[in-house]
Amino acid sequence: MFPMLRQILRNGIVTEPAPDADIALRVTAQRLSEAMLAQLGRALVIRHVDAGSCNACELEIHALNNPYYNLEALGIKFAASPRHADMLLVTGPVAKNMEIAVKRAYDATPEPRLVVAVGDCGCTGGIFGESYASCGRVANVIPVDVCIPGCPPTPLQLMQGILAALAADRKQAEQE
Amino acid sequence: MESQTPMQFLNQAIEFEALADHAVPTYAACVDEAELLAFCDAAHAGGRRIVALWGSDERNREARLGFALHVAFDLAEGLACLTLPLSAEAPVFPDLCARFPAVNRMQRAVMDMIGARPASGDVRPWLRHANWPADYHPLRSDVPDTQHATQNEEYAFVRVEGDGVHEVPVGPIHAGIIEPGHFRFSVMGENVLRLEQRLGWKHKGIERRFAGMGLGEGVCLAGRVSGDSTVAYAWAYSQAAEAIGAVAPPPRALWLRALLLERERIVNHLGDLGYLGNDVALAFGLMQFMRLKEDWVRLNARLFGHRFMMDRIVPGGVTVDLDDAGAHAIFTQCEALESELRTLKNIYDEHAGLQDRFLTTGRVTPQLAKLLGVIGLAGRASAQHWDLRCNHACAPYDQLTPRIAIERNGDVAARAQVRFTEIKESLHLIRKILREIPVGEVRCEVRSEADKRGLGWIEGWRGDILVAVETGTDGKIRRCHCHDPSWQNWPALEHAVIDNIVPDFPLINKSFNLSYAGPDL
Ligand code: SF4
Repeated sequence: MFPMLRQILRNGIVTEPAPDADIALRVTAQRLSEAMLAQLGRALVIRHVDAGSCNACELEIHALNNPYYNLEALGIKFAASPRHADMLLVTGPVAKNMEIAVKRAYDATPEPRLVVAVGDCGCTGGIFGESYASCGRVANVIPVDVCIPGCPPTPLQLMQGILAALAADRKQAEQE
Repeated sequence: MESQTPMQFLNQAIEFEALADHAVPTYAACVDEAELLAFCDAAHAGGRRIVALWGSDERNREARLGFALHVAFDLAEGLACLTLPLSAEAPVFPDLCARFPAVNRMQRAVMDMIGARPASGDVRPWLRHANWPADYHPLRSDVPDTQHATQNEEYAFVRVEGDGVHEVPVGPIHAGIIEPGHFRFSVMGENVLRLEQRLGWKHKGIERRFAGMGLGEGVCLAGRVSGDSTVAYAWAYSQAAEAIGAVAPPPRALWLRALLLERERIVNHLGDLGYLGNDVALAFGLMQFMRLKEDWVRLNARLFGHRFMMDRIVPGGVTVDLDDAGAHAIFTQCEALESELRTLKNIYDEHAGLQDRFLTTGRVTPQLAKLLGVIGLAGRASAQHWDLRCNHACAPYDQLTPRIAIERNGDVAARAQVRFTEIKESLHLIRKILREIPVGEVRCEVRSEADKRGLGWIEGWRGDILVAVETGTDGKIRRCHCHDPSWQNWPALEHAVIDNIVPDFPLINKSFNLSYAGPDL
């Protein structure tokens, strides 16, 4: 027990301040009301869906939970089931073999479900594109709210995109 | 070029041609069915193994040709690739599973992609999931790249019968941040009687995508077959491209490649050790190792411009160099990691709860590992002495002389121990590289040549990766096959979980940490 405590104390808290939302990553107008965003902003649950990535996007999503980014401290956590989720975080081009599974995960997510497409692959189909085996970008299969480009996007870019899904649109924000 | 005298191996009367300009000695031969089967027997008797098995459509090369099956063997002398021509009308090849059970899924993938099938044995589809017709073979050169209607597949799982046996289906979407795959457990109470995997969900047509790409272009795609092994894939691909272009990269480039590869090994081992702790409820372990991993990838980004070093290895060399300040930063980081690792290793070793879950869990005995042909990290944890860096050391590993990490227990604890040992060894290798790296250029030009083949072979962190490239008459890629070591090791996981309890599956699975994207292609 003592070596563990010593190690924890020696390293202290390394968590860095969270970045701001990058509203430019939104691809649709904000559908959610101010009141709902305020709720979600403090307790968002994400279901990650790998629709056919190369697995490097997953490495960066894992990193979100490391002590530097500490996503959970923002009230954002990952769930094991889409039924418990407010947001789907989808990586990869959607492989043809994953098309049904992705649609089912979307259908199982309660409204108002937010969808964030991750990586160049999720945004455009990326290097894999569309083919007999790939449906291409996530938006070809389910509606998408935010696109986070990058190959893979860094954890900071991921946070900016996830927060963008929870941010009011600029116009909406300006009016208030 | 001087003409090579033909070579023979394993006392077989097959004449091999030595392929020039390969980083590891590589030989090729055209064989008939009887010769292939006899060679398999001899290789099996000699304790050798099949590295990869794949198919190709040769009809667009020459009208009289049909299809071909390629089987690459790991021999004491190097890599030997046997090619069996198959007829255009009825392409059938002998089932090689009796000697090498690990080729089962590779044979089925050949059937799906090329339309050549094994003469007997398991002929269930593998990469095809009812989302394109059974007679559509995407790697045939005369079929269009079109989408078909998506359907639900009825896959013929093997049923376990008996009182009280029930099935637990898991996936394709799993309950964590993991790649998709389907696991069908047959359980009795808590005990797993049988696990059957159904993979192929991530198949996104990579091999078809390669066709027609320029030799230089292909490396980006190869580096995205399995993103956690991007360095290893890019290096193996580049070796193949350099063999085609008949060039050797400058020595400094090779040393830098080894630096990147060992850094990639450490990144992945750190992550796995963290998640192994997490899977036995030691969140402390996860947080500590994830912090170390983040430090490591941040230095990658600072020195090499990418956290996972994607696209830094290219045919002809590397796109990055290292100055004294960079070398110093790496040195310092190695020292720091070594001391932290000592602390964490002691904590893992002394933690009774963790050891209780790790020890004897998910065992693959050395005998079973040999029978199944388990390779790479998981193989070494079951006393299988496969590590290309030691057995077929290409430059600069011939000068770095790494020590192989061997454990005998084949359980979760052994696979964790191999990771600890390998991180330590990689830290040693990295410092050796920094001390001894030659000065000079880091990149040379590679020009493609028409109708040529090249093979690249690199020990990634999971195991050995093979990339085979063939160019067409226009010098562009005609066929590129990337082979992930997970092909061989997935079946071992099915055996490792037998008689374990279902709740230990995530831990056992993590201890292998096999790739889905790599073999799904
Ligand atoms: S965006 Fe890049 S890192 Fe992410 S899945 Fe695609 S190829 Fe891999």
